[in-house]
This record gives sequence, C-alpha cells and structure tokens, in this order.
Amino acid sequence: MDYKIVDGVRYTRKHEWARPEGETAVIGLSDYAQDKLGEIVFVELPEVGAEVEAGKGSAVIESVKAVADLYAPIDGTVVEVNEELLDQPELINSDPYGDGWVYKVEIKDESQLEELMDKTAYEVFVAEEEE
Amino acid sequence: MDEAKKTPFYEKHAALEGKIVDYSGWLLPVQFSRGLVEEVHATRRKATLFDVSHMGEVSVKGNDAEIFLQKIVTNDISGLKNGAIIYSPVCYPDGGVVDDILIYRIDKNNYFLVVNAANTGKDYNWFLENRSGDVELENLSADYAQLALQGPESMAILQQITAEPLVEMKYYHFRKDVDVAGANCIVSRTGYTGEDGFEIYCSNADASDLWDALWEAGQIHELSPAGLGARDVLRLEAAMPLYGHELSRDITPLQARLDRFVAPGKAIPFNGREALVKQKQEGINRLLFGLEMLERGVPREGYPVTAGDKEIGWVSSGSYSPTLDKFIAMAFLDPEAVEETEELRVQIRSRSYRVRTTKLPFYRREK
Repeated sequence: MDYKIVDGVRYTRKHEWARPEGETAVIGLSDYAQDKLGEIVFVELPEVGAEVEAGKGSAVIESVKAVADLYAPIDGTVVEVNEELLDQPELINSDPYGDGWVYKVEIKDESQLEELMDKTAYEVFVAEEEE
Repeated sequence: MDEAKKTPFYEKHAALEGKIVDYSGWLLPVQFSRGLVEEVHATRRKATLFDVSHMGEVSVKGNDAEIFLQKIVTNDISGLKNGAIIYSPVCYPDGGVVDDILIYRIDKNNYFLVVNAANTGKDYNWFLENRSGDVELENLSADYAQLALQGPESMAILQQITAEPLVEMKYYHFRKDVDVAGANCIVSRTGYTGEDGFEIYCSNADASDLWDALWEAGQIHELSPAGLGARDVLRLEAAMPLYGHELSRDITPLQARLDRFVAPGKAIPFNGREALVKQKQEGINRLLFGLEMLERGVPREGYPVTAGDKEIGWVSSGSYSPTLDKFIAMAFLDPEAVEETEELRVQIRSRSYRVRTTKLPFYRREK
C-alpha cells in the first residue's frame, strides 16, 4: 500500500503532521492515519484560544468504526479551526494535507518541530509500522 | 487464548486486500479496500458476499429432540415444519440470555442449530447440561464453512450455479443437500442485514471452489465482498440484536423487545419462563429504544443517555448509518423517563448531544 507522504511538514509517531507557516503551524492527520481509520464521519475540534500540549489529545476524529484522538504535535494556542470539517469530515480522507487540515496553533517553541520526523524519516517509520 | 483461526476463505480475503481482525478467535475481514460505507450501499443496492464461517453449528437429534429444544428456547417450535427455520433466545432460569440462535428443522427428530461464534463453547456446554432423554448432540462448528450472500441481486446470482428453484424458497426456510456448483450445501433464505439473501453452508473442503463459483456468477451483478464492519452497521439499521450488546447474561429478551420470540404459554415450561413472566407483570425498567441524533455526533456502545440531569440508560449499539445518512443508536432506557422528558441527550465524552427516540427498525426494505 502506498501512502502519500509530503514534504514541508513534520510528522509524529502517532501520525499527525504539523506544517509551519510563519508564527503558526497547521495541524492535521497523515494519509496513513486516515486510511487506517477509514471513512471519517465526525470531528470534535478544539476551541479557538485553547492551549494544546504536545502529546496530549487536542481533537477527536471518528470513523464509522473507530474513535481516535488527534494528539497535539507541539505546544501552542489554537488560533483557528477548520469548521468545514463539521459538515464535511470526509475532507480528511480525501485531502489529508490540504482541505482536511484540522486546526492552527501559535508556535511556542520552534525546537519541538525540529524533533518531529521529516518526510524521509516518516517514510521509514510507516514502512516499519506496515510490517 | 488460542491462536486466532483462519477460515477456508482467508486467502480470498487477503487477495482482495481485506483488513483482517481477530473476531471471537477468528481472523476475518472487517472491511475491504473501498470501505465500509460502500459495502453497506452495495448490500442494499446490489449484492455482497460475507464470510460467516465463524458462526457455530450444532446438531440435535433423537426422539426427545423437540422436547429438549422446547425446554431450552423461549420461542415455541411446536408448529415448526420440516424445512423451516425459527429464531429464538436461549435463556438462563433468571431470564438472562445464554445466546440467540436459529433452529433449522430437518425433521421432528433432527435439528440444525446456528449459534454465535463467541458463544459456541458456552452454548454447547449449556445444551449438554440441560440434555435429558433420547437427545444426541454434536458440535459441527469445525466442519462447516458459511457464506452469506446478501442484497437484492442475491437470488439472481445464486440461481446461476444451482438447479434448486430458489424462488420457491420462502424467507426463513432452507433446503439441505443442495448442489451449488458441485458442492453439497445447506442453503437458507436468511441473513443479518435486513435485505433478501441466502446463507450457504458447505464443507471446508468445498469452500474455496464455492467462493470462486459465486464470485464468477456475481460479476454481471456487481457482486462485491463485505466485512464485519458493514455487517454490524447493516444489522443495526435493521434493528437486529447482537449478543453482547442488545442481549446478554444481564439483559432479558423482553428488555430487548423480543416478546414475539418468547412463548410463555407453550405446553412445555422452559428455562427462564417464570422470571420472564414475572418481569412482564412487574414492568420493565430498562427497555430497548431506537435513537436518532439531532446533532452531529457518533453515539457508541456504553455512552450514557440522560433526561434533564438524570442518567436513564445507556447506548447498546450505535453508528453512522450510510443508508439513512444519520447517526443512529439502540439504547436501553427507563421507559417512564423517556415518556416524561423533552430533553433526551447522549453524553459523548465531555459534551452532551440532543437525540430523539425513533421507531425501530431504522431501515426496512421495500418488498
């Protein structure tokens, strides 16, 4: 199975991604994660202004069969959420790195991003998970 | 726990890229590559093929077979004709449920029971404990493979590979020793999806060829494979109970609204009769209801249901319904509280969501 793994974002071991855009970072779920979950039917978003903490639950993604926490890749304050997902949660399936983004945070500590995996490292990580 | 078993169709699932899970000790596909939602639609609109080889089969034979069955099941099988099938709960003396089963009557002294996979061992022991007189029991579960062909195109597909006149087979009827593409099968017009369809039992040795024959016959009818995930959603839409959810050691058939499968008036007293009659007289404080979400949110098993600030029950099964494009659930609720309240909610994690009761089943096919 081939999963889309894009450049310019950093990945966690729980299959979230973070894309730095100036002072903020966009957060979402990887193609691998959306495929494992199956058809996504509901997303519980954080509130704008909420503080999220790296490794802690920050949103909930539900497919028909499963409930999955989206763990925050980095610390930060939520500055925007993707409200499109409330009516079209399936955007995470169809465009996980684009229209299926989940929320944006104000970056607190740049170094947390550096600690996450880049494209190459994540490709190796996913290949190992598949074995 | 023993290592999970492969059914004779395991290689077929692997070739079709099924996502395999361990279900009650069996390695079975939960879904295939195009996803659960499409599998549900395909079952309602065309036809799908399910591997249900995990189901258990028990043979009951002997001069006292009918009396034995009448004692252990809540339904009345005295009117059951040869070639007909009846559904029934099996109860403990306190009214709790051992399992819910299908009884195929071959003749007065010969029955074929189909039981839930996870309960097969427990059921068989329960049958042995309750056996008396001339009753011969045999656990045939390891001998049979089983496929469920479900959906409106099912008959057209199956008819291509058998000479048995399927149009003459009524719902909840079966024939044994049916030649299907050269395999000796039991074929019944039954299923767990709310659609027309057939369940086909064959020997493990014939299983692979039978799958291939059905697959080939199904191509012009757009037959596709479906997994356990779709099966669970389909049965929920049709409001069919699932043991462990709507029935259990602690839930009686009356709580699950299965009154029409409980016959307290039948000639032979059965396990659970007194307890169930008493429950009916005293009233039921937890009764099965259909729920439909009024806000987007997935009601899942175990989530509390509230009326005002009072908890009045729990969700037993819930899901997104692809057929209705709604979020639905079955729940055990205090019927008086349901009657009185105008503010029914399901608690999902830290928030509560508005929900209303709705008639069961959620989905009924047009005939």
